[in-house]
Amino acid sequence: MTETMTMAKAINAALADGLDGDDRVLLMGEDIGKLGGVFRVTDGLQDRFGPQRVIDTPLAESAIIGTAIGMTYRDFRVVAEIQFDGFIYPAFDQIVAQVAKLHYRSQGRVKMPLTIRVPFGGAIGSVEHHSESPESYFAHTAGLRVVTASTPQEAYSTLRAAIQSDDPVLFFEPKGKYYTKGEVDRSIVRDLETATIVASGRDVTIAAYGPTVDTALRAAIAAADEGIEVEVIDLRSISPLDVDTVVASVQRTGRLIVTHEAPAESSVSSELIASVAERAFAHLEAAPERVTGYDTPYPPSAVEHDYLPSLDRLLDAVDRTLGRRNSRTDLDYAAVTGAATTAGAAR
Amino acid sequence: MSIMLPAPRPELALGLDCPLTVLDVDGTRVPSEVLDPHLSDIDEHALTNLYVDMVRVRRLDVEAFALTRQGHLVLWPPLLGQEAAQVGPARALGDKDWVFGSYREHGFALLRGADMGEFSRIWKAYAHSGWDPQEIRMAPSQIIIGAQSLHGVGYAMAAKMDGADEVALTAFGDGATSEGDVNEALVWAASFQAPVVFLCQNNQYAISEPVGLQSGVPLALRPTGFGIPSMRVDGNDVLAMHAAARIAFDRARTGGGPTFIEAVTYRRGPHTTTDDPKRYRDEAEVEAWTAKDPIERVERALERMGANMEAVRAEAKIRADQLAKEFRAACEHAEPPAPDEIFDNVYTQPSKRLERQRLEHRAFVSSIEAKA
Repeated sequence: MTETMTMAKAINAALADGLDGDDRVLLMGEDIGKLGGVFRVTDGLQDRFGPQRVIDTPLAESAIIGTAIGMTYRDFRVVAEIQFDGFIYPAFDQIVAQVAKLHYRSQGRVKMPLTIRVPFGGAIGSVEHHSESPESYFAHTAGLRVVTASTPQEAYSTLRAAIQSDDPVLFFEPKGKYYTKGEVDRSIVRDLETATIVASGRDVTIAAYGPTVDTALRAAIAAADEGIEVEVIDLRSISPLDVDTVVASVQRTGRLIVTHEAPAESSVSSELIASVAERAFAHLEAAPERVTGYDTPYPPSAVEHDYLPSLDRLLDAVDRTLGRRNSRTDLDYAAVTGAATTAGAAR
Repeated sequence: MSIMLPAPRPELALGLDCPLTVLDVDGTRVPSEVLDPHLSDIDEHALTNLYVDMVRVRRLDVEAFALTRQGHLVLWPPLLGQEAAQVGPARALGDKDWVFGSYREHGFALLRGADMGEFSRIWKAYAHSGWDPQEIRMAPSQIIIGAQSLHGVGYAMAAKMDGADEVALTAFGDGATSEGDVNEALVWAASFQAPVVFLCQNNQYAISEPVGLQSGVPLALRPTGFGIPSMRVDGNDVLAMHAAARIAFDRARTGGGPTFIEAVTYRRGPHTTTDDPKRYRDEAEVEAWTAKDPIERVERALERMGANMEAVRAEAKIRADQLAKEFRAACEHAEPPAPDEIFDNVYTQPSKRLERQRLEHRAFVSSIEAKA
C-alpha cells in the first residue's frame, strides 16, 4: 500500500517506524523534540515516543555525536540530527576519528550502529552555512557509510536501512526537496550500497545523487526532444560507490557526466570518473564531464542559481560529450582556459 | 526536562586551598571531615592490597619503559608517580561500572583485568586496542585528547535511561581540560544529571606545557561553573583518591549526578619514551615530587599500623616480578598481525572495494615472492 507524502514526512515516517520497531532506537538533536526540528522533520515524534527517546540536546555538535558513541556501548542505536550541513564541522573529530574507527580500532568488538542525519544542499535561498554539501569529507573516511536520497520513497527506504545497519551511516537529506511529494510504500527497505538506473538511454550516462537526480531526469526528458537518449543513475550511496553499475552503463553509452552540488575538487565526481577511467577506459568515446558547484565557498544565495548545477548546464555538458555545439566551443573554450576542448567524436 | 541547577558556588569545590589528604608524606593519618567517613572499612589488610596494586602498576610501567628502550615496544607513555591517582579510583569501581580513559591508564587496564599479552600489542604497534571493551568494561584507550569524556557521559546517560546501577568514569589529564569536548561533556553531564565521574589526573604537564598555560584557576574550580561538584585531591595519596572516588560513585548511584575529581599529582617520567623533559622542567622539581612518592607513603603508613613490612614487601615483589615476567614474555613472543588484516573490520560487512584491494595486495605480494 502506498501513500502520497513529502520527503520530510517520509523521513518522519521512517524515524517513527524505526522507533516503533526497536526500543533501543532513540533520536538526539537540537530542536528535534518540542519544535519538531527546524524543518519539522521530527514533528510529533517526541509526543508519541517521549522525551527519553526523542531528546532535545544542548547546542554542541561534537557532544551529540560523542555521547551517541557512549550510548552505543549500551546497545542503543542513536539517530543523531545535525541541524544544517554547515554546522557539522564541530563534530568532525568525533565522526572521523571516533565513529568511523571504533569498529576497526577494536578489531570488530565495538559496533557503531549510529545514523547521522544531515540536511544538505542549496537552492533554499538561505544565509551562509545553510546550503553546503560536505559529503566528500566523509566519503573520504574509511569506516563510514555515506548515503543520500532523491525521492520520498528513497528517503524512507534508505533511512530505514541506515537505522538497521550495524555500521555508522551519514544520511544526507536534500533539504531543497523536503517538500516535494511522492508515493511511499512503507514496506520497502532498501540496501545502502547499490545505485539505481532511474532512466535508461543509449547515448550518455549522467550519474547524480540527492538533489541533482531530479535535474538529471529533467535533462533526460529535454534531451529526448532532440533524439538524444540519456541514462540517469541515482548513485544513492556515495560511500561505498557502486562503480559496477556506472561502469556497466558507460560500457553501453561511452559517455559519462557526473553532477552534484558539492565543489568539483576531490569530490564524488573526482572519484567516480577516476574509477571509470580505471575500469572502462577503452569504452569512453569522450572525456567525462562534470557539472558541479564551483570550487568556491558557497556563494550568497542571491546568486546560488549560477553556482548550482542546472538543467541548462547539464544539457550543455551533454552536448559537449556528443561533440555538438555547446557554450564552450562557441566561446572558444581552449583560448579562454588554455585547455583542449573536451568534445568527443561528433555524432 | 526541567532541572534548575544552582548558580555557580565556590563551595561546590572542596580542597581548593589545600588538596584533600588523609595520608601525610610521613605516613601519618591526617583527619579529614570529608574523606574519613568513606574510609571506615579500610584496615591494614585493605591498605596492603592497595599497596600491592600500586607496586604492580609501577613494576608494569618500569618494565614497559625498559622494553621500549630495548626495542620490544615502539612507544610507552609512563605513569610513574601517578599510581595512587589510578589505583585509588580503580579499586572503588564496581564490576559493572565502565572506564573511558586516555592512553596513560595502564593502572586501570591492569586492575580491570586486561590480558597483558594483548595489552602489549598496542605499544608494539601490533593493534590499536589491547582488550575486549565489553569484557573488562573499559573503552579502547583514547589518543585524541579529551574525546573519551563525551563517550563516558553518553554511556552514563544510557545507563540512567536503562535504570541500571552503573557509573561511568572518564579519565583524562590536565591538558584535556582545555579541549572543547571536555567542556561539552561537563555541560551535558550537568544538563542530563548523568551518573558520571570525571577524573582529571593533573600531572602538571601536557607534554611540555605546564598546567598554568591551561588554566589560571585550580582545575577543580572550573566544573563548579557548570554546576558540577568537585574535589581537589592529593593524587599521591591512594586513600584520599579512594575515598574521593567512593564519594563520587555514591553520588552518581543515588541520583546525585556527576562529580569532578582533580587528582593533584606529577608525571615523573617523560610524556612518552620519545620526550625529553629536561628541555622544559628542572630536576629539582622532579626531586620534590619524588619525595611525595605515593608508594613509599603507604609503606610508612603500614609500618605505623604495625604491619610486617618485610613480608608485605616480599609478597608485593613476588607478584610484581611475576607480572613483569609475563608482560616481557608476551612482548617478546607476540605475533605481528598479518598484512591481510589491514582490510579487516573497516565495516561490519565485507566491502567490495576493500576485498578488491585485498586481492590486489595479495597478488602484488605473491608476484614479489615468486621472483625472490
